[in-house]
Amino acid sequence: MNISEYKGVFVFVEQRDGDIQRVSLELLGKGREIGDKLGETVTAVILGHNIKDKTKTLIHYGADKVIYVDDEALAIYMTEPYTKALTQITNRDKPGIFLIGATAIGRDLAPRVSARIHTGLTADCTSLDIDDENKNLLMTRPAFGGNIMATIICPDHRPQMSTVRPGVMQLFEKDESRQGEIEEYKVEFSKEDSNVEILEVAKETKQKINIEEANVLISGGRGVGKSENFEVLKELAEELDGQVSASRAVVDAGWIDRNHQVGQTGKTVRPDLYVACGISGAIQHLAGMEESELIIAINKDSGAPIFEVADVGIVGDINKIVPALIEELAAAKDNK
Amino acid sequence: MKIIVCIKQVPDTTEVRLDPKTGTLIREGVPSIMNPDDKSGLEAALQLKDEFGAEVTVITMGPAQAEKALREALAMGADKAILLSDRAFSGADTWATSSTLAAAIRKLDYDLIIAGRQAIDGDTAQVGPQIAEHLNLPQISYVENLELAGDSLILKRVFEDGYHKIKVKMPCLITTLSEMNMPRYMSVGGILDAYREKEIIKWSLNDIEIDTANIGLKGSPTKVKKSFTKGAKSAGKVYEVEPKEAAKLIVEKLKEKFII
Repeated sequence: MNISEYKGVFVFVEQRDGDIQRVSLELLGKGREIGDKLGETVTAVILGHNIKDKTKTLIHYGADKVIYVDDEALAIYMTEPYTKALTQITNRDKPGIFLIGATAIGRDLAPRVSARIHTGLTADCTSLDIDDENKNLLMTRPAFGGNIMATIICPDHRPQMSTVRPGVMQLFEKDESRQGEIEEYKVEFSKEDSNVEILEVAKETKQKINIEEANVLISGGRGVGKSENFEVLKELAEELDGQVSASRAVVDAGWIDRNHQVGQTGKTVRPDLYVACGISGAIQHLAGMEESELIIAINKDSGAPIFEVADVGIVGDINKIVPALIEELAAAKDNK
Repeated sequence: MKIIVCIKQVPDTTEVRLDPKTGTLIREGVPSIMNPDDKSGLEAALQLKDEFGAEVTVITMGPAQAEKALREALAMGADKAILLSDRAFSGADTWATSSTLAAAIRKLDYDLIIAGRQAIDGDTAQVGPQIAEHLNLPQISYVENLELAGDSLILKRVFEDGYHKIKVKMPCLITTLSEMNMPRYMSVGGILDAYREKEIIKWSLNDIEIDTANIGLKGSPTKVKKSFTKGAKSAGKVYEVEPKEAAKLIVEKLKEKFII
């Protein structure tokens, strides 16, 4: 493999029912930054059916070029047809870097592609950078349950592939005046490519909660005491136009749905305000929220690790302090 | 029906603590366990065995100590256990690990290969799909439910926003979620059998056919450049005051940061 032949940053753009997933746009933003650093172009690759109208927006979010494959075989995500398309495009264009969102689709697709083209893949990265010395991609990810961070390189194989955790990279500011090239790429699909049969496609009817996109999170842990006590957290969240999230312990206890979970195997969040109520601060939880702009922690135990990352810590009973806070906020609003 | 279950012995990462002074991992006293997603995969295999009859083989690549996880699998009801262990395998990333495991699996008969979705020490979720690619098998990952339908499986494959019901003809590889079931406990008889009657089959590099360029650290496209613990963010102020005063303090801070 002559690695000097491999150039450019490719981003896999994931769509579901035609909706571009936010993580893909985040990766275009990061890809743009890396591309500028390397002096190389950024290409978005989108697969699906009837998706041509989605391509322009990818240019607006930072891509120089968009390659799209429009085929019925790609309408619903299936491992083999998607792998085939991405592998063919990779073999033709020889990108230096390939970024994929670490979603339930990306984490199925990326390992299959990397195994087929024999290159390295780094999972679930939370930070990407370029080594000034040799231009290698530095891929940093949490390991050991989020207890340590590891920086991974892929020095002798290309493309350098990475899945990236949703919610950690910044969006490129949308610029509708940006121009770029749009190419349709054709892939021949055979019957054998559809090696599984999708019998049913179901959307979860549960209320859609996306704590990664909230600006304010009121987060509850074991110290909340019981499931019903989450009501007062919801009230506080409403007062601050935010959402309720939770630690793994209370999700495991069934007090609140898993969609709300912050931290390892849950979600990474970085809202403007994170209020940790009765959360002691297990290492996985801290890894999931410590990038928040302002962290306020309320806990009975003055030795709780959450205080190590909090900007403001209050030692006390959340079931007394939160209602007082709601009152105080209402009063502050009235004074305006 | 022949089922192979890939398992991994992992440190129980929920038991790991950071030394607040040095910021380093306290590894002492951290127990080793069978990876939870793998254990649910094994349980799924054992349920198929209970209902329809099957031969369940567990395989792991790891150091000699990984034998303990295999014995546990035997005690739960697995029929055969293979320990793939050789110094030449060490330092492998997911590509080299999956190549090695695939080479071992090629020596076996199977209808179904089950791997846990991801291991709690690495969290990559890559080895299962990569084994499937090396063996040229269809893969279904993130499986939460499984039914046998003749020579096929009907699976519930979950996503963040819903699920697919998928039919796939065997042979195939699936990766399982720990939400799938509650793994059974080892039975007393099972434990006795696992240690007295059943043997662990040990395979080294010489027992499998593989290009040594594809194994261990040397065969790994990815390398660890460095690892570090995150420097603790400098802590803010901690107050121990009455609720009313605490509320005032927080509101002041929110104003200062223009949140309200």
